[in-house]
Amino acid sequence: MKALLTTLLLLLAGHALAQESVVAGLSQDRIDITANFDGSDLIIYGAVKREAPVPQGALDVIITVEGPSEPERVRRKSRVFGIWINTDVVVIDQAPSFYAVATTGPFSQVVSDTDDLRNSISIPRAIRSVGAPQTVDKAQDFTDALIRLRSAKGFYRMSEGGVRLTDQTLFRTDVDLPANLVEGNYKTRIFLLRDKKVVNLYEKTIFVRKVGLERWLFRLAHQQPALYGLLALAIAAFAGWAASAGFKLLRN
Amino acid sequence: MQIYLPIAEVSVNAFLLFGLGGIVGLLSGMFGVGGGFLITPLLFFIGVPPVVAVATGANQVVASSVSGVLVHLKRKTVDIRMGTVLMVGGMIGSAAGIWLFNVLSRLGQIDLTVQLSYVVFLGIVGTMMLQESLRSLRRARNAVPVKRSQHLWVHKLPLKVKFRTSGLYISVIPPLLVGFGVGVLAAVMGVGGGFIMVPAMIYLLGMPTKVVIGTSLFQIIFVTAFTTFMHALTNQSVDMMLALMLILGGVIGAQIGAQLALKLKAEQLRVLLALLVLSVAVKLAFDLLVEPNELFSVAAGAA
Repeated sequence: MKALLTTLLLLLAGHALAQESVVAGLSQDRIDITANFDGSDLIIYGAVKREAPVPQGALDVIITVEGPSEPERVRRKSRVFGIWINTDVVVIDQAPSFYAVATTGPFSQVVSDTDDLRNSISIPRAIRSVGAPQTVDKAQDFTDALIRLRSAKGFYRMSEGGVRLTDQTLFRTDVDLPANLVEGNYKTRIFLLRDKKVVNLYEKTIFVRKVGLERWLFRLAHQQPALYGLLALAIAAFAGWAASAGFKLLRN
Repeated sequence: MQIYLPIAEVSVNAFLLFGLGGIVGLLSGMFGVGGGFLITPLLFFIGVPPVVAVATGANQVVASSVSGVLVHLKRKTVDIRMGTVLMVGGMIGSAAGIWLFNVLSRLGQIDLTVQLSYVVFLGIVGTMMLQESLRSLRRARNAVPVKRSQHLWVHKLPLKVKFRTSGLYISVIPPLLVGFGVGVLAAVMGVGGGFIMVPAMIYLLGMPTKVVIGTSLFQIIFVTAFTTFMHALTNQSVDMMLALMLILGGVIGAQIGAQLALKLKAEQLRVLLALLVLSVAVKLAFDLLVEPNELFSVAAGAA
């Protein structure tokens, strides 16, 4: 009986927290990678739905878009006998290939450290690195290096103030997806925060797929590697012959 | 115009690839080198993953070599018999090289080995060629007749065969060994090996320069075709879209290169090739010796 009462109370508390929820839309939930794909503009918009009057406290929105994760090897060079070679390596268990965060204000004023940790929102928290080998000192440097390298290439982005919130209700942000997009499922999360605490989370997946010739080539390469190899050689040999024959015609 | 590469999963400018292919094709037609030693580092530079760059580079070399060899065939400057002997040695060597490559990968120092062998071999070959060709240029200017040393140790070995196009009557053992050695290096360094093959044919086998280029291209076709196929089969790392762009530029470049080669003197060609080889070696040595801006690098995969 006591257990049931506790559950009931928890449910009520949960409901109280969820009195504000997110209703959202994406400009596209499917992105096709074609041969001349050169990036895509994604618009994420929505509104805050309320059953009750507007509660007290600062309202904020954080939107993240996360590409497929993969283990990554980060290497560090050092000088051995006068030449620079890779000496240390740290495997980072899971790092997203793409990660963009947009907020309504400065990150530390929008979300508490606890909620960031719990929901893996900020870039360093989105990267999972369990154990670096004991032989490598300053393992944190490797994660920092990964973030630095990916940020420099525009794969990791933090846009503080990138979400526009109007009248405590409507919000909108633009995420410009780069041309070097990896195929996979991109997870979009919209966090609604009151006083730096997450009160509601909305999730939606964007499917990024190769289509047409791109898809055909990729599948052939993986499913019929021998045929693919022979086709590649045949094209090469034909192109070589065609160029030589073409030039002969030009000269005559 | 941006183009998305399905295997490499990067988007690059189509005209940039076309241009890269063209430059490498030009060199291929002029010097009889496949250009792998240039195309592979250049592809790294524009952001193509190394595995894809090595495999696709090999595929592009097949095309430019076919294009170049057809020109030389018509000109009758291909020693098919010599090319076949070199190729047999090359195939055995490349199988041995792939084995060596795997051993070094397991030890975790393949990158360094590849870079060091580039520096050492390009350095030695470049310096030797430059010295020799400058000397012969000076000799040509002073109009002293060139004396070819006729009695090297290679002439004392058994199994002699007539190589009519090269005007040689020598044992098959030295060409087999040269082919083998180049095959090993080619597999480890991920190149066709023309830049080692060409000087080896001139200085070790004593073949005339005119025949060397066509013959080198002839055997490069087979070695790189083998490499491409093996990469496609085991790593699925040949990007056909990338190869096609490079090939389009490359075959045209190779035709122009072969025409240019006719207008230049053999000694001048050798000076140019030597300078090119040396500059790549110096650049790579520089990278090894100078502290890089970024000490860290990222590679996918946990293996």
